[in-house]
Amino acid sequence: MIISVASGKGGVGKTSVAVNLAIAIGRARILDCDVEEPNVNIFFGMDLKKVKDANVLIPSIDKQKCTLCGECAKACRYNALAMLPNDVMLFPELCHGCGLCKMVCEFNAIEETPRKIGEIYYGSKDGIELYQGLLNIGEAMATPVIKEVKKFANGNAIIDAPPGNACPMIEAIDGSDFVILVTEPTPFGLHDLKIAVDIVRKFKIPFGVIINKDGIGDESVDEFCKKEGIKVLMRIPHDEEIARYYSKGIPFVTKMDEWKERFIKLYEEIKDEANSNSKR
Amino acid sequence: MRQIAIASGKGGVGKTSIAASFASFAKAVFADCDVDASNLPIIFKPEIIKKEDFYGMDVASVDESKCIKCMECYNACRFDAITEEIEIIEEKCEGCGVCEYVCPVDAIEMVPRKSGEVYVSKSRFGWIVHAELKAGEETSGKLVSVVRQKAMEVAKENGYDLIIIDSSAGIGCPVIASITGVNLVVIVVEPTMAAIHDMKRIMNVANHFKVPYVVCINKYDLNEEKAKEIEEFCKENGIEIVGKIPYNKAFTKAIVNGKSIVEYDEGLAEIMKKIWENVERKIEES
Repeated sequence: MIISVASGKGGVGKTSVAVNLAIAIGRARILDCDVEEPNVNIFFGMDLKKVKDANVLIPSIDKQKCTLCGECAKACRYNALAMLPNDVMLFPELCHGCGLCKMVCEFNAIEETPRKIGEIYYGSKDGIELYQGLLNIGEAMATPVIKEVKKFANGNAIIDAPPGNACPMIEAIDGSDFVILVTEPTPFGLHDLKIAVDIVRKFKIPFGVIINKDGIGDESVDEFCKKEGIKVLMRIPHDEEIARYYSKGIPFVTKMDEWKERFIKLYEEIKDEANSNSKR
Repeated sequence: MRQIAIASGKGGVGKTSIAASFASFAKAVFADCDVDASNLPIIFKPEIIKKEDFYGMDVASVDESKCIKCMECYNACRFDAITEEIEIIEEKCEGCGVCEYVCPVDAIEMVPRKSGEVYVSKSRFGWIVHAELKAGEETSGKLVSVVRQKAMEVAKENGYDLIIIDSSAGIGCPVIASITGVNLVVIVVEPTMAAIHDMKRIMNVANHFKVPYVVCINKYDLNEEKAKEIEEFCKENGIEIVGKIPYNKAFTKAIVNGKSIVEYDEGLAEIMKKIWENVERKIEES
Protein backbone atom coordinates (compact mmCIF):
# COMPACT_ATOMS: atom_id res chain seq x y z
CA MET A 1 0.00 0.00 0.00
CA ILE A 2 1.24 3.46 -0.88
CA ILE A 3 0.24 6.23 1.52
CA SER A 4 1.01 9.84 0.60
CA VAL A 5 1.17 12.59 3.16
CA ALA A 6 0.33 15.88 1.51
CA SER A 7 -1.04 19.34 2.30
CA GLY A 8 -1.73 22.50 0.40
CA LYS A 9 -0.12 24.70 2.99
CA GLY A 10 3.51 24.26 3.98
CA GLY A 11 4.72 23.79 7.52
CA VAL A 12 1.61 22.06 8.81
CA GLY A 13 3.34 18.81 9.74
CA LYS A 14 3.53 16.54 6.67
CA THR A 15 7.03 15.32 7.41
CA SER A 16 6.26 14.90 11.08
CA VAL A 17 3.22 12.71 10.29
CA ALA A 18 5.12 10.65 7.70
CA VAL A 19 8.06 10.03 10.03
CA ASN A 20 6.02 9.23 13.14
CA LEU A 21 3.73 6.93 11.17
CA ALA A 22 6.71 5.02 9.75
CA ILE A 23 8.33 4.61 13.16
CA ALA A 24 5.05 3.48 14.73
CA ILE A 25 4.59 0.81 12.04
CA GLY A 26 8.14 -0.31 12.64
CA ARG A 27 9.14 -1.51 9.21
CA ALA A 28 8.46 0.95 6.46
CA ARG A 29 9.88 2.60 3.41
CA ILE A 30 9.68 6.37 3.20
CA LEU A 31 10.05 8.28 -0.05
CA ASP A 32 10.97 11.91 0.55
CA CYS A 33 9.37 13.53 -2.49
CA ASP A 34 9.77 17.07 -1.17
CA VAL A 35 12.86 17.23 -3.34
CA GLU A 36 13.17 21.00 -3.03
CA GLU A 37 13.46 20.84 0.74
CA PRO A 38 13.74 17.21 1.90
CA ASN A 39 13.47 17.07 5.68
CA VAL A 40 12.75 13.42 6.53
CA ASN A 41 16.36 12.54 7.28
CA ILE A 42 16.59 15.35 9.82
CA PHE A 43 14.51 13.04 12.04
CA PHE A 44 16.64 9.94 11.39
CA GLY A 45 20.16 11.19 10.85
CA MET A 46 20.88 8.27 8.51
CA ASP A 47 24.12 8.05 6.62
CA LEU A 48 22.71 8.56 3.12
CA LYS A 49 24.38 7.21 0.02
CA LYS A 50 23.73 8.38 -3.50
CA VAL A 51 22.07 5.69 -5.60
CA LYS A 52 21.53 7.55 -8.86
CA ASP A 53 21.22 10.83 -10.67
CA ALA A 54 17.91 12.33 -11.71
CA ASN A 55 18.19 13.52 -15.29
CA VAL A 56 16.16 15.16 -18.00
CA LEU A 57 16.99 14.45 -21.62
CA ILE A 58 18.10 17.49 -23.58
CA PRO A 59 18.92 17.76 -27.27
CA SER A 60 22.45 17.75 -28.50
CA ILE A 61 22.79 19.04 -32.03
CA ASP A 62 25.26 17.65 -34.53
CA LYS A 63 26.51 20.77 -36.30
CA GLN A 64 27.75 18.70 -39.24
CA LYS A 65 24.25 17.44 -39.99
CA CYS A 66 22.25 20.50 -38.98
CA THR A 67 21.05 22.54 -41.95
CA LEU A 68 19.72 25.39 -39.76
CA CYS A 69 16.23 24.74 -41.15
CA GLY A 70 14.72 25.94 -37.85
CA GLU A 71 12.07 23.22 -37.54
CA CYS A 72 13.23 22.15 -34.05
CA ALA A 73 13.05 25.68 -32.66
CA LYS A 74 9.65 26.15 -34.26
CA ALA A 75 8.35 22.93 -32.73
CA CYS A 76 9.64 23.52 -29.18
CA ARG A 77 6.84 24.90 -27.04
CA TYR A 78 9.13 25.79 -24.15
CA ASN A 79 11.32 28.21 -26.16
CA ALA A 80 14.29 26.07 -25.24
CA LEU A 81 15.73 26.29 -28.75
CA ALA A 82 16.39 29.54 -30.60
CA MET A 83 17.68 30.10 -34.11
CA LEU A 84 20.70 32.32 -34.60
CA PRO A 85 22.04 33.19 -38.09
CA ASN A 86 24.70 30.46 -37.88
CA ASP A 87 23.64 28.29 -34.98
CA VAL A 88 20.85 26.74 -32.94
CA MET A 89 21.02 27.89 -29.35
CA LEU A 90 19.82 25.67 -26.52
CA PHE A 91 18.54 26.95 -23.17
CA PRO A 92 18.85 23.73 -21.18
CA GLU A 93 16.99 24.94 -18.08
CA LEU A 94 13.87 25.59 -20.20
CA CYS A 95 13.90 22.11 -21.77
CA HIS A 96 11.32 19.67 -20.40
CA GLY A 97 12.83 16.71 -22.24
CA CYS A 98 9.79 15.89 -24.34
CA GLY A 99 11.80 14.73 -27.35
CA LEU A 100 9.79 16.61 -29.97
CA CYS A 101 12.83 18.38 -31.47
CA LYS A 102 14.47 15.05 -32.25
CA MET A 103 11.26 13.81 -33.87
CA VAL A 104 10.84 16.80 -36.15
CA CYS A 105 14.47 16.95 -37.32
CA GLU A 106 14.56 15.61 -40.85
CA PHE A 107 18.36 15.39 -40.94
CA ASN A 108 18.88 13.24 -37.85
CA ALA A 109 20.98 16.01 -36.43
CA ILE A 110 19.56 15.74 -32.92
CA GLU A 111 20.52 13.20 -30.28
CA GLU A 112 19.34 13.33 -26.69
CA THR A 113 21.74 13.45 -23.81
CA PRO A 114 20.99 13.38 -20.08
CA ARG A 115 21.29 16.57 -18.05
CA LYS A 116 21.53 16.10 -14.31
CA ILE A 117 19.04 18.13 -12.28
CA GLY A 118 19.12 16.22 -9.01
CA GLU A 119 20.17 13.14 -7.09
CA ILE A 120 18.52 10.20 -5.34
CA TYR A 121 19.83 9.02 -1.98
CA TYR A 122 19.21 5.93 0.11
CA GLY A 123 19.67 5.14 3.77
CA SER A 124 18.24 2.85 6.42
CA LYS A 125 17.98 2.67 10.18
CA ASP A 126 16.06 0.43 12.61
CA GLY A 127 13.87 -1.12 9.92
CA ILE A 128 13.09 2.17 8.20
CA GLU A 129 14.32 2.63 4.65
CA LEU A 130 14.52 6.07 3.13
CA TYR A 131 14.77 7.14 -0.48
CA GLN A 132 15.30 10.87 -0.81
CA GLY A 133 15.28 13.09 -3.87
CA LEU A 134 17.35 16.26 -3.90
CA LEU A 135 16.84 18.93 -6.53
CA ASN A 136 20.00 20.76 -7.56
CA ILE A 137 20.23 24.39 -6.50
CA GLY A 138 18.95 26.73 -9.22
CA GLU A 139 16.91 24.04 -11.00
CA ALA A 140 13.24 24.85 -11.58
CA MET A 141 11.69 21.48 -12.40
CA ALA A 142 11.08 19.22 -9.42
CA THR A 143 8.80 16.68 -11.09
CA PRO A 144 11.46 14.61 -12.93
CA VAL A 145 13.29 14.14 -9.61
CA ILE A 146 10.06 13.14 -7.85
CA LYS A 147 9.37 10.65 -10.63
CA GLU A 148 12.76 9.03 -10.04
CA VAL A 149 12.21 8.74 -6.28
CA LYS A 150 8.82 7.16 -6.83
CA LYS A 151 10.36 4.34 -8.85
CA PHE A 152 11.53 2.97 -5.49
CA ALA A 153 7.99 2.71 -4.10
CA ASN A 154 7.75 -0.99 -4.88
CA GLY A 155 4.06 -1.05 -4.05
CA ASN A 156 4.64 -0.30 -0.40
CA ALA A 157 5.71 3.09 0.87
CA ILE A 158 4.95 6.26 2.76
CA ILE A 159 5.42 9.30 0.54
CA ASP A 160 6.26 12.69 2.03
CA ALA A 161 4.85 15.05 -0.62
CA PRO A 162 5.96 18.63 -1.29
CA PRO A 163 3.72 21.50 -0.14
CA GLY A 164 1.49 23.42 -2.51
CA ASN A 165 -1.16 22.39 -4.97
CA ALA A 166 0.81 22.49 -8.20
CA CYS A 167 2.50 19.86 -10.38
CA PRO A 168 5.09 18.58 -7.86
CA MET A 169 2.35 17.70 -5.39
CA ILE A 170 0.39 15.84 -8.09
CA GLU A 171 3.45 13.95 -9.26
CA ALA A 172 4.04 12.83 -5.65
CA ILE A 173 0.51 11.61 -4.82
CA ASP A 174 -0.43 10.11 -8.21
CA GLY A 175 -0.83 6.34 -7.92
CA SER A 176 -1.21 6.34 -4.13
CA ASP A 177 -3.75 4.07 -2.44
CA PHE A 178 -4.50 6.66 0.22
CA VAL A 179 -3.67 10.31 0.85
CA ILE A 180 -3.40 11.87 4.29
CA LEU A 181 -4.01 15.61 4.00
CA VAL A 182 -2.43 17.41 6.93
CA THR A 183 -3.72 20.84 7.83
CA GLU A 184 -3.88 23.34 10.64
CA PRO A 185 -7.15 24.82 11.91
CA THR A 186 -6.70 28.34 10.56
CA PRO A 187 -8.14 30.26 7.58
CA PHE A 188 -4.77 29.75 5.81
CA GLY A 189 -4.87 26.00 6.45
CA LEU A 190 -8.49 25.77 5.32
CA HIS A 191 -7.95 27.73 2.11
CA ASP A 192 -5.10 25.49 1.00
CA LEU A 193 -6.81 22.30 2.21
CA LYS A 194 -9.83 22.96 0.01
CA ILE A 195 -7.65 23.07 -3.11
CA ALA A 196 -5.83 19.90 -2.06
CA VAL A 197 -9.17 18.13 -1.52
CA ASP A 198 -10.23 19.11 -5.05
CA ILE A 199 -7.08 17.48 -6.40
CA VAL A 200 -7.31 14.15 -4.53
CA ARG A 201 -10.99 13.90 -5.45
CA LYS A 202 -10.14 14.48 -9.09
CA PHE A 203 -7.60 11.66 -8.91
CA LYS A 204 -10.18 9.52 -7.09
CA ILE A 205 -7.79 8.58 -4.30
CA PRO A 206 -9.36 7.81 -0.91
CA PHE A 207 -8.22 10.34 1.66
CA GLY A 208 -8.67 11.70 5.16
CA VAL A 209 -7.53 14.72 7.11
CA ILE A 210 -5.19 15.12 10.06
CA ILE A 211 -5.63 18.34 11.98
CA ASN A 212 -2.30 19.38 13.44
CA LYS A 213 -1.82 22.13 16.05
CA ASP A 214 -5.42 21.42 17.01
CA GLY A 215 -6.87 24.19 19.15
CA ILE A 216 -4.62 26.93 17.78
CA GLY A 217 -7.15 28.63 15.52
CA ASP A 218 -10.83 28.29 14.75
CA GLU A 219 -13.45 25.66 13.91
CA SER A 220 -13.57 26.31 10.18
CA VAL A 221 -11.57 23.21 9.14
CA ASP A 222 -13.82 20.99 11.28
CA GLU A 223 -16.93 22.58 9.80
CA PHE A 224 -15.59 22.11 6.29
CA CYS A 225 -14.76 18.41 6.86
CA LYS A 226 -18.15 17.79 8.40
CA LYS A 227 -19.99 19.47 5.56
CA GLU A 228 -17.98 17.64 2.91
CA GLY A 229 -18.17 14.27 4.68
CA ILE A 230 -14.39 14.08 5.05
CA LYS A 231 -13.03 11.87 7.78
CA VAL A 232 -10.81 13.53 10.38
CA LEU A 233 -8.32 10.72 11.00
CA MET A 234 -6.38 12.28 13.85
CA ARG A 235 -5.94 15.43 15.84
CA ILE A 236 -2.52 16.40 17.05
CA PRO A 237 -2.91 19.09 19.69
CA HIS A 238 -0.96 22.30 19.74
CA ASP A 239 1.44 21.01 22.36
CA GLU A 240 4.70 22.56 23.53
CA GLU A 241 6.35 19.21 24.18
CA ILE A 242 5.63 18.03 20.62
CA ALA A 243 6.87 21.34 19.20
CA ARG A 244 10.09 21.11 21.22
CA TYR A 245 10.83 17.58 20.00
CA TYR A 246 10.12 18.72 16.46
CA SER A 247 12.52 21.64 16.69
CA LYS A 248 15.30 19.26 17.77
CA GLY A 249 14.53 16.77 15.02
CA ILE A 250 13.19 14.10 17.39
CA PRO A 251 10.10 12.13 16.23
CA PHE A 252 7.65 12.49 19.09
CA VAL A 253 6.39 8.87 18.97
CA THR A 254 9.79 7.77 20.26
CA LYS A 255 9.20 9.80 23.42
CA MET A 256 5.45 9.63 23.88
CA ASP A 257 4.19 6.04 23.91
CA GLU A 258 0.50 6.92 23.70
CA TRP A 259 1.16 8.49 20.30
CA LYS A 260 2.82 5.35 19.00
CA GLU A 261 -0.42 3.48 19.65
CA ARG A 262 -2.45 6.21 17.99
CA PHE A 263 -0.33 6.07 14.86
CA ILE A 264 -0.61 2.27 14.70
CA LYS A 265 -4.37 2.64 14.96
CA LEU A 266 -4.27 5.27 12.23
CA TYR A 267 -2.37 2.86 10.00
CA GLU A 268 -4.94 0.10 10.56
CA GLU A 269 -7.75 2.52 9.79
CA ILE A 270 -6.08 3.64 6.57
CA LYS A 271 -5.51 0.03 5.52
CA ASP A 272 -9.21 -0.69 5.98
CA GLU A 273 -10.24 2.41 4.03
CA ALA A 274 -7.87 1.69 1.16
CA ASN A 275 -8.91 -1.97 1.02
CA SER A 276 -12.62 -1.29 1.02
CA ASN A 277 -12.03 1.23 -1.75
CA SER A 278 -10.12 -1.21 -3.94
CA LYS A 279 -12.93 -3.77 -3.57
CA ARG A 280 -15.50 -1.25 -4.70
CA MET B 1 11.55 50.22 -9.04
CA ARG B 2 12.67 48.39 -5.90
CA GLN B 3 11.45 44.90 -5.12
CA ILE B 4 11.56 42.85 -1.93
CA ALA B 5 10.67 39.15 -1.77
CA ILE B 6 9.73 37.29 1.40
CA ALA B 7 10.88 33.68 1.10
CA SER B 8 11.80 30.78 3.36
CA GLY B 9 12.38 27.40 1.75
CA LYS B 10 10.30 25.77 4.46
CA GLY B 11 6.58 26.44 4.48
CA GLY B 12 4.57 27.63 7.44
CA VAL B 13 7.31 29.66 9.10
CA GLY B 14 5.46 32.97 8.82
CA LYS B 15 6.17 34.49 5.39
CA THR B 16 2.63 35.73 4.84
CA SER B 17 2.17 37.08 8.38
CA ILE B 18 5.40 39.03 8.04
CA ALA B 19 4.56 40.28 4.54
CA ALA B 20 1.15 41.46 5.76
CA SER B 21 2.72 43.24 8.74
CA PHE B 22 4.90 45.31 6.39
CA ALA B 23 1.73 46.60 4.71
CA SER B 24 1.09 49.04 7.56
CA PHE B 25 4.50 50.70 7.20
CA ALA B 26 5.53 50.41 3.56
CA LYS B 27 4.19 52.42 0.67
CA ALA B 28 4.23 49.45 -1.67
CA VAL B 29 2.26 47.37 -4.13
CA PHE B 30 1.93 43.81 -2.84
CA ALA B 31 2.34 40.76 -5.07
CA ASP B 32 1.13 37.43 -3.72
CA CYS B 33 3.32 35.03 -5.67
CA ASP B 34 2.26 31.92 -3.74
CA VAL B 35 -0.14 31.25 -6.58
CA ASP B 36 -1.11 27.67 -5.74
CA ALA B 37 -1.75 28.38 -2.05
CA SER B 38 -2.50 32.08 -1.98
CA ASN B 39 -3.06 33.33 1.58
CA LEU B 40 -2.24 37.03 1.62
CA PRO B 41 -5.77 37.96 0.40
CA ILE B 42 -7.19 36.31 3.53
CA ILE B 43 -5.64 39.18 5.51
CA PHE B 44 -5.96 41.93 2.88
CA LYS B 45 -9.58 41.10 1.99
CA PRO B 46 -9.08 42.86 -1.34
CA GLU B 47 -11.76 44.19 -3.61
CA ILE B 48 -11.05 42.92 -7.10
CA ILE B 49 -10.79 45.78 -9.60
CA LYS B 50 -9.56 43.87 -12.62
CA LYS B 51 -9.58 40.17 -13.40
CA GLU B 52 -7.73 38.48 -16.23
CA ASP B 53 -7.59 34.88 -17.37
CA PHE B 54 -4.22 33.22 -17.33
CA TYR B 55 -3.34 30.75 -20.04
CA GLY B 56 -0.43 28.44 -19.35
CA MET B 57 0.82 25.79 -21.73
CA ASP B 58 -1.60 24.37 -24.29
CA VAL B 59 -3.13 21.00 -23.50
CA ALA B 60 -3.73 17.95 -25.71
CA SER B 61 -7.29 17.24 -26.76
CA VAL B 62 -8.35 13.96 -28.39
CA ASP B 63 -11.03 13.77 -31.05
CA GLU B 64 -12.54 10.40 -30.21
CA SER B 65 -14.32 10.11 -33.54
CA LYS B 66 -10.94 10.11 -35.29
CA CYS B 67 -8.84 8.17 -32.77
CA ILE B 68 -7.95 4.62 -33.88
CA LYS B 69 -6.30 3.68 -30.53
CA CYS B 70 -2.99 2.94 -32.22
CA MET B 71 -1.19 3.86 -28.99
CA GLU B 72 1.44 5.99 -30.76
CA CYS B 73 0.69 8.95 -28.51
CA TYR B 74 0.57 6.78 -25.41
CA ASN B 75 4.03 5.42 -26.18
CA ALA B 76 5.53 8.77 -27.12
CA CYS B 77 4.32 10.82 -24.14
CA ARG B 78 7.12 11.19 -21.60
CA PHE B 79 4.91 12.70 -18.93
CA ASP B 80 2.52 9.75 -18.46
CA ALA B 81 -0.30 12.12 -19.36
CA ILE B 82 -2.19 9.71 -21.63
CA THR B 83 -4.05 6.67 -20.32
CA GLU B 84 -4.26 3.33 -22.10
CA GLU B 85 -7.80 4.31 -23.06
CA ILE B 86 -6.28 7.37 -24.76
CA GLU B 87 -7.65 9.91 -22.36
CA ILE B 88 -5.60 12.97 -21.50
CA ILE B 89 -4.76 13.50 -17.84
CA GLU B 90 -4.74 17.29 -18.04
CA GLU B 91 -2.92 17.73 -14.72
CA LYS B 92 0.01 15.73 -16.05
CA CYS B 93 0.10 17.13 -19.60
CA GLU B 94 3.03 19.53 -19.98
CA GLY B 95 1.81 20.79 -23.33
CA CYS B 96 4.80 19.63 -25.38
CA GLY B 97 2.80 18.62 -28.46
CA VAL B 98 4.54 15.26 -29.05
CA CYS B 99 1.22 13.39 -29.13
CA GLU B 100 -0.19 15.75 -31.73
CA TYR B 101 2.93 15.24 -33.83
CA VAL B 102 2.97 11.44 -33.69
CA CYS B 103 -0.76 10.92 -34.22
CA PRO B 104 -1.14 9.36 -37.71
CA VAL B 105 -4.81 10.32 -38.06
CA ASP B 106 -4.77 13.91 -36.77
CA ALA B 107 -6.96 13.02 -33.83
CA ILE B 108 -5.02 15.13 -31.33
CA GLU B 109 -4.94 18.88 -31.23
CA MET B 110 -3.14 21.15 -28.80
CA VAL B 111 -5.68 23.64 -27.43
CA PRO B 112 -5.30 26.64 -25.13
CA ARG B 113 -6.10 25.96 -21.50
CA LYS B 114 -7.09 28.43 -18.88
CA SER B 115 -4.75 27.69 -16.00
CA GLY B 116 -5.78 30.38 -13.57
CA GLU B 117 -6.78 33.96 -12.96
CA VAL B 118 -4.86 37.10 -12.10
CA TYR B 119 -6.43 39.84 -10.00
CA VAL B 120 -5.52 43.47 -9.57
CA SER B 121 -7.20 44.54 -6.35
CA LYS B 122 -7.48 47.32 -3.82
CA SER B 123 -7.50 46.86 -0.07
CA ARG B 124 -7.25 48.89 3.11
CA PHE B 125 -3.47 48.57 2.68
CA GLY B 126 -3.51 49.74 -0.94
CA TRP B 127 -2.88 47.78 -4.14
CA ILE B 128 -2.38 44.05 -4.25
CA VAL B 129 -1.91 41.79 -7.25
CA HIS B 130 -2.75 38.16 -6.62
CA ALA B 131 -3.66 35.05 -8.57
CA GLU B 132 -5.21 31.68 -8.36
CA LEU B 133 -3.68 28.76 -10.19
CA LYS B 134 -6.18 26.10 -11.11
CA ALA B 135 -5.71 23.12 -8.79
CA GLY B 136 -2.83 20.95 -9.91
CA GLU B 137 -1.61 23.08 -12.81
CA GLU B 138 2.02 23.13 -13.75
CA THR B 139 2.75 26.65 -14.90
CA SER B 140 3.14 28.27 -11.50
CA GLY B 141 6.45 29.92 -12.43
CA LYS B 142 4.91 31.54 -15.48
CA LEU B 143 1.94 32.78 -13.44
CA VAL B 144 4.32 34.23 -10.83
CA SER B 145 6.01 36.19 -13.62
CA VAL B 146 2.62 37.52 -14.76
CA VAL B 147 1.76 38.60 -11.19
CA ARG B 148 5.09 40.41 -10.87
CA GLN B 149 4.64 42.06 -14.27
CA LYS B 150 1.15 43.28 -13.32
CA ALA B 151 2.41 44.55 -9.95
CA MET B 152 5.07 46.48 -11.81
CA GLU B 153 2.45 48.09 -14.06
CA VAL B 154 0.20 48.98 -11.11
CA ALA B 155 3.15 50.50 -9.25
CA LYS B 156 4.17 52.64 -12.22
CA GLU B 157 0.63 53.81 -12.94
CA ASN B 158 0.06 54.83 -9.33
CA GLY B 159 3.42 56.35 -8.49
CA TYR B 160 4.81 53.62 -6.24
CA ASP B 161 8.45 52.65 -6.34
CA LEU B 162 8.33 49.53 -4.18
CA ILE B 163 6.90 46.04 -4.66
CA ILE B 164 6.70 43.49 -1.85
CA ILE B 165 6.48 39.88 -3.00
CA ASP B 166 5.15 37.03 -0.85
CA SER B 167 6.80 33.93 -2.29
CA SER B 168 5.83 30.27 -1.99
CA ALA B 169 7.73 27.61 -0.07
CA GLY B 170 10.44 25.54 -1.70
CA ILE B 171 13.31 26.39 -4.02
CA GLY B 172 11.90 25.38 -7.42
CA CYS B 173 10.23 27.12 -10.30
CA PRO B 174 7.75 29.50 -8.54
CA VAL B 175 10.39 30.52 -5.98
CA ILE B 176 13.01 31.17 -8.64
CA ALA B 177 10.42 33.23 -10.54
CA SER B 178 9.64 35.16 -7.32
CA ILE B 179 13.18 36.10 -6.28
CA THR B 180 15.11 36.67 -9.51
CA GLY B 181 15.92 40.32 -10.06
CA VAL B 182 14.68 41.59 -6.68
CA ASN B 183 16.74 44.03 -4.63
CA LEU B 184 16.45 42.03 -1.42
CA VAL B 185 15.11 38.70 -0.19
CA VAL B 186 13.93 38.52 3.41
CA ILE B 187 14.47 34.88 4.38
CA VAL B 188 12.16 33.84 7.21
CA VAL B 189 13.32 31.03 9.47
CA GLU B 190 12.22 29.44 12.72
CA PRO B 191 14.51 27.73 15.23
CA THR B 192 13.90 24.15 14.10
CA MET B 193 16.36 21.80 12.43
CA ALA B 194 14.10 21.48 9.39
CA ALA B 195 13.73 25.23 8.89
CA ILE B 196 17.47 25.81 9.31
CA HIS B 197 18.23 23.13 6.72
CA ASP B 198 15.75 24.72 4.31
CA MET B 199 17.08 28.24 4.98
CA LYS B 200 20.54 27.19 3.86
CA ARG B 201 19.12 25.76 0.62
CA ILE B 202 17.23 28.96 -0.25
CA MET B 203 20.37 30.99 0.58
CA ASN B 204 22.24 28.90 -1.99
CA VAL B 205 19.51 29.59 -4.53
CA ALA B 206 19.78 33.33 -3.82
CA ASN B 207 23.56 33.11 -4.17
CA HIS B 208 23.12 31.22 -7.45
CA PHE B 209 20.94 34.01 -8.87
CA LYS B 210 23.06 36.72 -7.21
CA VAL B 211 20.26 38.21 -5.12
CA PRO B 212 21.14 39.82 -1.77
CA TYR B 213 19.30 38.61 1.33
CA VAL B 214 18.74 39.16 5.04
CA VAL B 215 17.30 36.85 7.68
CA CYS B 216 14.34 37.27 10.01
CA ILE B 217 14.01 34.72 12.84
CA ASN B 218 10.40 33.96 13.70
CA LYS B 219 9.32 32.26 16.97
CA TYR B 220 12.94 32.59 18.12
CA ASP B 221 12.11 31.72 21.74
CA LEU B 222 10.60 28.32 20.87
CA ASN B 223 14.12 26.94 20.94
CA GLU B 224 16.70 29.55 21.97
CA GLU B 225 19.58 27.17 21.37
CA LYS B 226 18.60 26.68 17.72
CA ALA B 227 17.96 30.44 17.41
CA LYS B 228 21.53 31.03 18.59
CA GLU B 229 22.74 28.52 16.01
CA ILE B 230 21.03 30.59 13.29
CA GLU B 231 22.55 33.79 14.63
CA GLU B 232 26.02 32.28 14.69
CA PHE B 233 25.63 30.91 11.17
CA CYS B 234 24.56 34.34 9.92
CA LYS B 235 27.41 36.07 11.75
CA GLU B 236 29.99 33.70 10.28
CA ASN B 237 28.63 34.27 6.80
CA GLY B 238 28.15 38.03 7.07
CA ILE B 239 24.37 37.84 6.78
CA GLU B 240 22.36 40.52 8.53
CA ILE B 241 19.53 39.52 10.84
CA VAL B 242 16.82 42.14 10.51
CA GLY B 243 14.81 40.96 13.47
CA LYS B 244 13.75 38.32 15.97
CA ILE B 245 10.07 37.74 16.56
CA PRO B 246 8.89 35.95 19.71
CA TYR B 247 6.41 33.10 19.54
CA ASN B 248 2.96 34.49 20.26
CA LYS B 249 -0.48 32.99 19.77
CA ALA B 250 -1.65 36.43 18.66
CA PHE B 251 -0.21 35.65 15.20
CA THR B 252 -2.76 32.88 14.68
CA LYS B 253 -5.52 34.89 16.32
CA ALA B 254 -4.84 37.76 13.94
CA ILE B 255 -5.20 35.39 10.97
CA VAL B 256 -8.43 33.98 12.38
CA ASN B 257 -9.72 37.54 12.68
CA GLY B 258 -8.57 38.50 9.19
CA LYS B 259 -6.14 41.09 10.50
CA SER B 260 -2.42 41.69 10.22
CA ILE B 261 -0.44 41.30 13.42
CA VAL B 262 0.25 45.04 13.38
CA GLU B 263 -3.48 45.71 13.46
CA TYR B 264 -4.06 43.06 16.09
CA ASP B 265 -1.35 43.46 18.73
CA GLU B 266 0.33 46.74 19.70
CA GLY B 267 3.39 45.17 21.29
CA LEU B 268 4.14 42.99 18.30
CA ALA B 269 3.40 45.95 16.01
CA GLU B 270 6.41 47.73 17.56
CA ILE B 271 8.65 44.74 16.85
CA MET B 272 7.41 44.46 13.27
CA LYS B 273 7.94 48.20 12.72
CA LYS B 274 11.60 47.92 13.75
CA ILE B 275 12.06 44.94 11.45
CA TRP B 276 10.52 46.89 8.58
CA GLU B 277 12.85 49.84 9.30
CA ASN B 278 15.83 47.49 9.11
CA VAL B 279 14.60 46.08 5.80
CA GLU B 280 14.02 49.57 4.44
CA ARG B 281 17.49 50.72 5.47
CA LYS B 282 19.00 47.65 3.83
CA ILE B 283 17.09 48.37 0.61
CA GLU B 284 18.32 51.95 0.58
CA GLU B 285 21.91 50.78 1.03
CA SER B 286 21.63 48.42 -1.94
